[in-house]
Amino acid sequence: YSCGSLFVTSETPDRIVKVVVSYSPLLDKNAQPLTLSGHVGFDSLPHQLVNKSTCQGFCFNILCIGETGIGKSTLMDTLFNTNFENFESSHFEPKVKLRAQTYDLQESNVRLKLTIVNTVGFGDQLNKDKSYQHVVDYIDTQFESYLQEELKIKRSLHNYHDSRIHACLYFIAPSGHSLKSLDLVTMKKLDSKVNIIPVIAKADTISKTELHKFKIKIMSELVSNGVQIYQFPTDDETVSKINTAMNGILPFAVVGSTEEVKIGNKMVKARQYPWGVVQVENENHCDFVKLREMLICVNMEDLREQTHTRHYELYRRCKLEEMGFTDTNPESKPVSLQETYEAKRQEFLGELQHREEEMRQMFVQRVKEKETELKEAERELQGKFEQLKRLHSEEKSKLDEKRRTLEDEINTFSKKKAATELLQGQSFNANTNLKKDKDRKK
Amino acid sequence: ILFGTTDYIPTSSKGRDLFGYVGIEAVLDQMRRKTMKAGFEFNIMVVGQSGLGKSTLVNTLFKSKVSRKSCTPNYEEKISKTVKLQSVSHVIEEKGVKMKLTVIDTPGFGDQINNENCWEPIVNYVNEQYERYLKEELYVNRKRRIPDTRVHCCVYFLPATGHWLRPIDVEFMKRLGKIVSIVPVIAKADTLTMEERQEFKQRIRHDLKANGIRVYPQTEYDEDPEDRILNDKIRENIPFAVVGTDKEHQVNGNKVLGRKTKWGIIEVENMAHCEFANLRDLLIRSHLQDLKDVTHNIHYETFRVRRLNESNLTVHGLALSCFPMENGTNRTNGTNGTSDRSDSESHL
Repeated sequence: YSCGSLFVTSETPDRIVKVVVSYSPLLDKNAQPLTLSGHVGFDSLPHQLVNKSTCQGFCFNILCIGETGIGKSTLMDTLFNTNFENFESSHFEPKVKLRAQTYDLQESNVRLKLTIVNTVGFGDQLNKDKSYQHVVDYIDTQFESYLQEELKIKRSLHNYHDSRIHACLYFIAPSGHSLKSLDLVTMKKLDSKVNIIPVIAKADTISKTELHKFKIKIMSELVSNGVQIYQFPTDDETVSKINTAMNGILPFAVVGSTEEVKIGNKMVKARQYPWGVVQVENENHCDFVKLREMLICVNMEDLREQTHTRHYELYRRCKLEEMGFTDTNPESKPVSLQETYEAKRQEFLGELQHREEEMRQMFVQRVKEKETELKEAERELQGKFEQLKRLHSEEKSKLDEKRRTLEDEINTFSKKKAATELLQGQSFNANTNLKKDKDRKK
Repeated sequence: ILFGTTDYIPTSSKGRDLFGYVGIEAVLDQMRRKTMKAGFEFNIMVVGQSGLGKSTLVNTLFKSKVSRKSCTPNYEEKISKTVKLQSVSHVIEEKGVKMKLTVIDTPGFGDQINNENCWEPIVNYVNEQYERYLKEELYVNRKRRIPDTRVHCCVYFLPATGHWLRPIDVEFMKRLGKIVSIVPVIAKADTLTMEERQEFKQRIRHDLKANGIRVYPQTEYDEDPEDRILNDKIRENIPFAVVGTDKEHQVNGNKVLGRKTKWGIIEVENMAHCEFANLRDLLIRSHLQDLKDVTHNIHYETFRVRRLNESNLTVHGLALSCFPMENGTNRTNGTNGTSDRSDSESHL
């Protein structure tokens, strides 16, 4: 097959450089163009395709990263013109958590399953070292889920609720100076995993001139640090003009509000201050309309496509390579499915056996140890028993002796007693006899 | 595969009303634009004995010479020929929609004296395309868009005998019906009167049912009640009795595609004469995408399951085979309670 366009992703040396080849059936050299002599009717194909998707509904997942209180939830409410369940988060979260909420929205006949993922506690910790890690993990988990589904034998991909993040809105605090180091580090970690669209939050606190300088500073910092944010696609003539223009206005300076203020004879979404009213949908006041236009009306499908064909593919590739799978063996010959499987299978079985052996040995070892322990204990007990027995018999013999002694004494005593009694009896008799004699004599 | 758990609090889906314009419906347009830019692929196979008008019909369907009419082979060729599949691709365009159309012809099918196993080369071809796709899908470094050579539709030509299905018809459709979407048509239907046609169709439908042959559109793949109603109508009418031609004649001052005979002109696109228009509408104007979807979501997946189970391994085996082999359970989905197109899930 002939190739369409060639694409090299990433330039920095510490990243994986892969060439992604794209195939287009229309450029197949084996297919000759042919003219039709009448109306066939396959021009309805895009409609057929779209109809199916409409029936199934669309999925769109947005990740909002930003400090607590920067206006993420309000912006989402404003963007989707609805009231999502929001509760103010505390500033004392011990670590960054991600809260995902899914909503079913419908506009005319289009059903959208929208998932908004918010970072809770981002930037609140004293030590923000690991802040980005939770976000990266979350994104990877969604990729992993999809990969798992894709690799199942019996799978149902077209029914699968796609939870992969299609767009990441990164909220930059309106300091007016430059990006915070946390911002740079986080965006750098995420740019190969998700489409990043940076926005300047609470833009009504910056003046126009400051804003202009701020935007330039931000973009140049991003470029000099090699952060690849999402570029609105310019390859389709219908939208290339507007997308190119918008690429130059990044990052969007946004203001969010769900409250309405009367301007003229209309109620508009705005923020009322003593010094004036900031209208959300007024393009002179902020870039909200542009953001909505770009994110939803023009490029939603592209965001989804990029997530699937670029970010997900990269994840999948890395994951499979990590697990040891390649398409070519060391001699750079293409490896057939069968071979790879067999090789891997042998390897795995071998490993299994090895582990089984290990476990068995460990088991035997443990049993032996336990046995010796028990024998030891038994011996100890036996010893104790013997000792006790000895003590006991000693005591017994002592007691026996004492008893004998006592008996002897008793015997002696009773003999003495008997002897004394006899003597007493005799003397008494003698006395009475004497007395009798005395009495007789008188 | 262990992956780190993140603290996140998932909640179930809630409906929300929009208070005003958001612009979500613009996504339809975006999708249309993208698919038009990328172009479509469609692969159609025609099967039937020589002389049934396969090439003519395909050319009539696509209003162009997509299929070359085979010339009568000489005696030696007739004896030694086996079924050899030939595929020809063209890129056609209509109102900005570009399509790469591949027509796979099966010359020699049913032409030999001994036609036992004449379906084998065809079965092999179909499976080879699935195999090719699977291979591409399994690469670590894979193409953004995998070339799709899988057969989306197999049009099976029944000779207009007026009787019943012949053994070769039954054998072929039984086997191929399991792996590809078959659309049977009655070829050269201008030899049947209306009554004969109705009776023939009834007998065919009866035969199909009796032999457990599933043709497109299959009942079990109807996605919702609307689909079912639409497809039921089609199912009551198949197989379509068709006539093909590339010649035009004048009828009532209009130029029409038709076959001129001494007793009249059979207008191909006239629904009172034959059902070509029904076939064209089914294959192209209404169900083309559906044919592709059924091929991708059902036939291909079935092949994949079988293929991966064969090597007795799960995909990219081995780190994953700490999960036991699946014994999928059917999951019912959709409002009408029938099992939907998604194949059974593994209990991962």
